[in-house]
Amino acid sequence: MNIDIQAEAITPRRQTFSHIARRFGVDKPASRYEEATFDVQPVTNFHYRPTWDPERELFDPRRTAVEMADWYSFRDPRQFYYATYNINRAAMQQSFDDAVSFVDKRDLIGNVDADWLKVFAGYLLPMRHVEWAANMNCQLIADWGYGTQITSAASFCGTDRLGIAQIISRIGLVVGAGTDEALVAAKAEWMEAPEWQPMRRLAEDLLVVRDWFEVFVAQLVVLDGYVYPLVTQAFDRAGAAHNGAPLSMMTGFLADWYADNSRWTDAVIKTAAAESGGNRKVLKDWFDGWTRRAEEAVRPIADGVLGDRGLLAVAEAAADLRKRMIGLGALGEKELAA
Amino acid sequence: MTQQQPVSITLQNSQDGAAIADAIMADNPGAQRRSMHAMTKIDCPGRLEIRANSVSERLGRDWDPQEIHMSVISLSGTVDEDDDYFAVYWRQ
Amino acid sequence: MTARKLNLKQKYGHFTRGLDWEPSYQNKDDIFPFAKYEGIKVHDWDAWEDPFKLTMDAYWKFQAEKERKLYAVIDSMAQNNGQLGITDARYLNAVKLFIQAVTPLEYQAHRHFAHLARHLPGAGLRVAAQMQSIDELRHCQTQIHTISHYNKFFDGMHDFTHMHDRLWYLSVPKSFFDDASTAGPFEFLTSISFAFEYVLTNLLFVPFMSGAAYNGDMATVTFGFSAQSDESRHMTLGLEAVRFLLEQDEANVPIVQGWIDKWFWRGYRLLTLVGMMMDYMLPKKVMSWAEAWETYYEQAGGALFADLARYGIREPKYAEIAKKEKGHISHQAWTIFYNYTHAAAVHTWDVDDQHLAWLREKYPETFEQFYEQRYLKWRDQANQGKRFYNNGLPQLCQVCQVPMAFTEVDDPTTISFRVSEFGGDKYHTCSDGCKDIFDHEPEKFSQAWLPVHQIFQGNCGGATVPEVLDWYHINKGADNMDYAGSPEEAQWEKWMEGRRPAPPFAAAAE
Repeated sequence: MNIDIQAEAITPRRQTFSHIARRFGVDKPASRYEEATFDVQPVTNFHYRPTWDPERELFDPRRTAVEMADWYSFRDPRQFYYATYNINRAAMQQSFDDAVSFVDKRDLIGNVDADWLKVFAGYLLPMRHVEWAANMNCQLIADWGYGTQITSAASFCGTDRLGIAQIISRIGLVVGAGTDEALVAAKAEWMEAPEWQPMRRLAEDLLVVRDWFEVFVAQLVVLDGYVYPLVTQAFDRAGAAHNGAPLSMMTGFLADWYADNSRWTDAVIKTAAAESGGNRKVLKDWFDGWTRRAEEAVRPIADGVLGDRGLLAVAEAAADLRKRMIGLGALGEKELAA
Repeated sequence: MTQQQPVSITLQNSQDGAAIADAIMADNPGAQRRSMHAMTKIDCPGRLEIRANSVSERLGRDWDPQEIHMSVISLSGTVDEDDDYFAVYWRQ
Repeated sequence: MTARKLNLKQKYGHFTRGLDWEPSYQNKDDIFPFAKYEGIKVHDWDAWEDPFKLTMDAYWKFQAEKERKLYAVIDSMAQNNGQLGITDARYLNAVKLFIQAVTPLEYQAHRHFAHLARHLPGAGLRVAAQMQSIDELRHCQTQIHTISHYNKFFDGMHDFTHMHDRLWYLSVPKSFFDDASTAGPFEFLTSISFAFEYVLTNLLFVPFMSGAAYNGDMATVTFGFSAQSDESRHMTLGLEAVRFLLEQDEANVPIVQGWIDKWFWRGYRLLTLVGMMMDYMLPKKVMSWAEAWETYYEQAGGALFADLARYGIREPKYAEIAKKEKGHISHQAWTIFYNYTHAAAVHTWDVDDQHLAWLREKYPETFEQFYEQRYLKWRDQANQGKRFYNNGLPQLCQVCQVPMAFTEVDDPTTISFRVSEFGGDKYHTCSDGCKDIFDHEPEKFSQAWLPVHQIFQGNCGGATVPEVLDWYHINKGADNMDYAGSPEEAQWEKWMEGRRPAPPFAAAAE
């Protein structure tokens, strides 16, 4: 009788790592996401105090006012670990490359109303600098955040922002017919044009905030929560009347990305809010403070794009964001539907 | 001094890696190839250049110098790249 | 007006440093608060030339492709019980050492390159740093995923992050990286990007990855090849970053030299564990530690430092000591582990005759004279059922935290022992190299969490060895002790029945 030795003898002695089995309460198989994130960050017995922050440890939950009993409650709904993240973004990038190729080969930019093209370049291209600052903010969260789950996702968000800044830059090259003229002009706007200064001031002010969770809220929830809906919806729709379809094609990445990233940011906010009244207070204070700044920053840009409909567009974005935050339990008491 | 130091690149023995190695040998006089298990090391005095069109020809498709990241194992020297080439050299 | 199409270099400029701007609403020093306190002077960040012009679209594409291929191999290895193809179960102790000691360092590198990606004032360097940051996350996560399969069958790997934070020999790598991460950004760049990822990288990578190749561990080899192209980016960053600092201001040269001296030595001491692994834990050996040091440091390093001489940089202090010690340190390390394997999460075992012959051949000047006899004596004791375990605790070096078993370079019969005084206390180090490091920053190195001191202070679960082992989460009788008689050995022999004959050096008792 032949018995296949593999079927007979190769029984695993355990299903997963002990630290994961402890979390499950039982030794059972773990997913790749779980194995790649649970408890990977060191937590104790650090050897030296950081010379750049001697009051804290290398990895320290006290670098934020948010408090969590378990920092591994921030499960990423997308369950990104390095491989799945890159595979996902490579596919998204391919869509963008195909769109640009399509537009470029057929010179479809030529079909867009010249005036609208100027408006489009005017609102989109300087955003690459906003994205650059967003990238730095994500690196701060990855640096000073606590727990592998939230910090690895923040790292991915950081490279996303760099990728988006580069996508916007490539669109700028298309708009500039292969030259950097549009990019150079956009930078000058960013540095000097009055309508961009509230945004640039906001970006710089955010770069000196030290509480990484506050940076999370201010950048990934609030500022993105105004900029992305406006750029990918209100502004984009306004372009339809001006043969703006080729431009919409190229900016598809931004809309898709924002929907994807929001799954993560919303889960984080919901979890942090659910933890305690203390967290909810802190989140609400941050939300209120930074929405004021974000609105000041987007208003002049929206006015420039949408004229007297700019005010309404910003108000709608504000209302949507607020409603979303209430739904996540992030603004104190849940407001009951009328 | 450093001018005499060879630059080098070590490539995986994959389909692409083999084509790149062949291109390097064809385009860089003075290059010397050493085949090892699973990899190929090429030394070259001063500067070694990988030309995109040279590799593309050998692969039968458009090869972008940035694809070098799929095949490189190690390199020694300062990197220089542009649209149609990837080079390694020693700075003076 | 002629349309001026941009080439890769010009585009890349717009795609990276072109995104950055000079702030006017906030002070640059407030945005980058850690850029000056180390005394490094950078006058022109724009002088940084990006060695690789890698944009995120290319990064995502190539890394996705590499991951698809790598995970296909990891999946295949798991599906087909690839662990049956390794030379011998003893090999897994190299893998245990790897996940306990190295994988957590990949994670630390991931986090601290994010620190650089935020806090270095140069845009080009920030871009390189953030790519390295997620590269390191890649390495950490792919290692965990690869080793996950081994963890199901073999011991010692099951609680690696818990152990990394506590075990006596794991404080060697932990303190190494803590030291780098708690330093300023420029020291980190010099210590990790340059000293570790450029100067010493082959001494970590080649032994483990080639060791895997020689011993049938296809998954780890595949990981190694896949990670290599990431490593070539990292190496290049290290070399170019150091050159950049040296070119920016002459005042940087002595600071950088000091860091090179320190980090060469700390890195070298960390590699003691690798030397032991190469010479003792690999059933089929790649090369000896001495050979590896000759090839990957003495020869390669010579060319490198000849090149850096133009900046006024010399070879690291104590490089000569490392050269002289190369016939000794792996044996001294194996001795330590043999002594304390009851308190470690790796096995050791008695060295058989074939292995002794290899060691004599590779170490003609040192092995027979200084080390063979103790192995023969231990083997005799084990054969009589009295396998030796050391019931004391070793003194650790205050800096590198390796137990103090290194000997004086000119007298291998005398333990190398140095003393410094600071704040009314005495601190002990294993060498002039470590003493120099302590004396240069005594405030920092006096903070170290030394595992043996901590045990004596009662901070490690209790006053007895079993209590400490429980606190370590060591599965007694499985993770620790000699390989002979271990559950792993029994499992391996059962698997190999009918597959292949027992390897030639299986049993110590002949």
